[in-house]
Amino acid sequence: MSTTSHHVPDRLQSSLQRRLKSWESLLLVVAVAIFLANSFASPYFLNAWNLSDATFNFTEKAMIAFAMALLIISGEIDLSVASIIALASTAMGAAVQFGADTPTLVAVGLGVGLLAGAFNGFLVTGLGLPSIVVTIGTMSLFRGIAYIVLGDQAYRGYPESFAFFGQGYVWWVISFEFVLFAIVAVIYGVVLHKTNFGRAIFAIGNNPTGALFSGIRVSRVKFILFLLTGLMAGVAAICLTSRLGSTRPSIAVGWELEVVTMVVLGGVNILGGSGSIPGVVIAAFVMGLVTFGLGLLNVPGIVMSIVIGALLISVIALPRLWSYWRRG
Amino acid sequence: MLKRLVTSREAILLGAIVVLLGLIATRFPAFVAPANLANVFNDTSPLILLALGQMVVILTKCIDLSVAANLALSGMVVSMLNVVAPGVPVPVILVVAVGLGTLMGMFNGLLVWKVSIPPIVVTLGTMTIYRGIIFLISNGKWVNSHEMSPAFKAFPRAAFLGLPVLSWIAIFAVIAFFVLMTRTTLGRAFYAVGGHPHAAVYAGINVGRTQFWAYTLSGALAGLTGYLWVSRYAVAYVDIAGGFELTVVAACVIGGISIAGGLGSVGGALLGALFLGVVSNALPVINVSPFWQLAISGGAIIIAVAFNAQANRTKGRVILKSAEHAA
Repeated sequence: MSTTSHHVPDRLQSSLQRRLKSWESLLLVVAVAIFLANSFASPYFLNAWNLSDATFNFTEKAMIAFAMALLIISGEIDLSVASIIALASTAMGAAVQFGADTPTLVAVGLGVGLLAGAFNGFLVTGLGLPSIVVTIGTMSLFRGIAYIVLGDQAYRGYPESFAFFGQGYVWWVISFEFVLFAIVAVIYGVVLHKTNFGRAIFAIGNNPTGALFSGIRVSRVKFILFLLTGLMAGVAAICLTSRLGSTRPSIAVGWELEVVTMVVLGGVNILGGSGSIPGVVIAAFVMGLVTFGLGLLNVPGIVMSIVIGALLISVIALPRLWSYWRRG
Repeated sequence: MLKRLVTSREAILLGAIVVLLGLIATRFPAFVAPANLANVFNDTSPLILLALGQMVVILTKCIDLSVAANLALSGMVVSMLNVVAPGVPVPVILVVAVGLGTLMGMFNGLLVWKVSIPPIVVTLGTMTIYRGIIFLISNGKWVNSHEMSPAFKAFPRAAFLGLPVLSWIAIFAVIAFFVLMTRTTLGRAFYAVGGHPHAAVYAGINVGRTQFWAYTLSGALAGLTGYLWVSRYAVAYVDIAGGFELTVVAACVIGGISIAGGLGSVGGALLGALFLGVVSNALPVINVSPFWQLAISGGAIIIAVAFNAQANRTKGRVILKSAEHAA
């Protein structure tokens, strides 16, 4: 195929594009199939407001998933994202008790997210510790702090204007969260696929030593990626807290699993080195549609988590079993 | 020889536990009374059992995040079995619990071995699947104390030579794992696979199959602990031991088991579990809210892994570094 083309693209780009083309189109087919299945299964599905509600199932998680995709492509992982949400939300709740206004709350949410990301990034890149253990540790630590502060209590009383982030609509059924999701998707897509920084992420994921010898500051790139992941968790914390209107220490529990599932479903290699933002976007829609459709059919949340878990495993297992079977 | 013994990981950890106990004893002498220490050990026994299984899995460069869900599902199945057929004797219950746990461990192992899915993905997935199945079979209902037969509840508490059966099972498991890890070829294989997979292949060890056995052992212990857990606390519901997998990983990391594989010992896992057990039992005594528990184990993981990284930093030059990347 590549021999007949006149344009000679560089090797990495071409193999990536070939791979992603097939994976993304497969995902798109799955998304359309689920959409059709849903509209047949429930008469309430095809309704503009219902579909708009459905987007809340994935917009917050997807915003974290974009940053997580970059992090996983670079060969690291952050399992503490859901706990960062709990910590940031608790900090915002505490700020409310001191009479903070909406801009201050946003600053607190983003700031705590950045700080938590910086802490993870320092432990991984500064001390050279494996990210999986570090973030299992900070996962307990961050949520643990939320539990120390809140115990079995909850923070309420967020200002009225704060509700806009999670409950506001920009135009007709288009929510603020959905617009934010779209903007963030474009930004991450451009950063990953069109900039030197994005190129460096792929290089690091494929061969960290090689990347280092090519003059890429591996530690700094990884540190920035942890910062970005923390920041996006802060953004998600603002949206979720605004949507719920209260903070409990168990907020967003288990989200790290759904975020990682979304990233892997989007075609990102869990071992690093390849993946794309458009893939993650479609995966977000697939997961949102699945959970929303099951919700319309009155399937309880814990059963949905079985579906998510099975999806995570089968998405990785099926292509491997397929090639296993074809080789005979 | 003596110096190596004193500066060993286990000795430092043991010292930390003794210092911790000493500090508590200065204000609450009753805490270090032999009877209370036996209670603390008994309370930590489930954690010790799970940490032994997790240790083997981590030694082979894998991780098992599904242990708590496995425990909860096995526990729920035997509880429901006990409700339906109260006459089923405890040995049969034990066989069912261990068998079920083993099957779930094997399922993890097969996905890692035959389908070569990364361990973290496999066990994150099976964690939610196993947990969800509990809901499916129980419809979210609890199995309460009054529904369980007296024999079912009595087994882990039955005293034998002054200690409850639960404690004896933990002691026996520690001894069995010590023999397994230091005296058998399978034990050597676990270390070899984690220490250097390529070299292990050249030594004639099947890496995937060894990892499969690690998961099987971890699953069997989780199943066993499942029965002990529900009978000891006399209740079974969907969320029992929720998040306990992190405590188990914490015990291993604190015990000096390297997450990179190939490094760690039975003594380390035991002491790591005991350290967390002493902390969690001491918190209410020194009047600290139990809500501190989560943050403390998180902090302990981070400190322990940072400490490990310093201790295990390779000294000297690595020759033929490229060989590590060869397929």
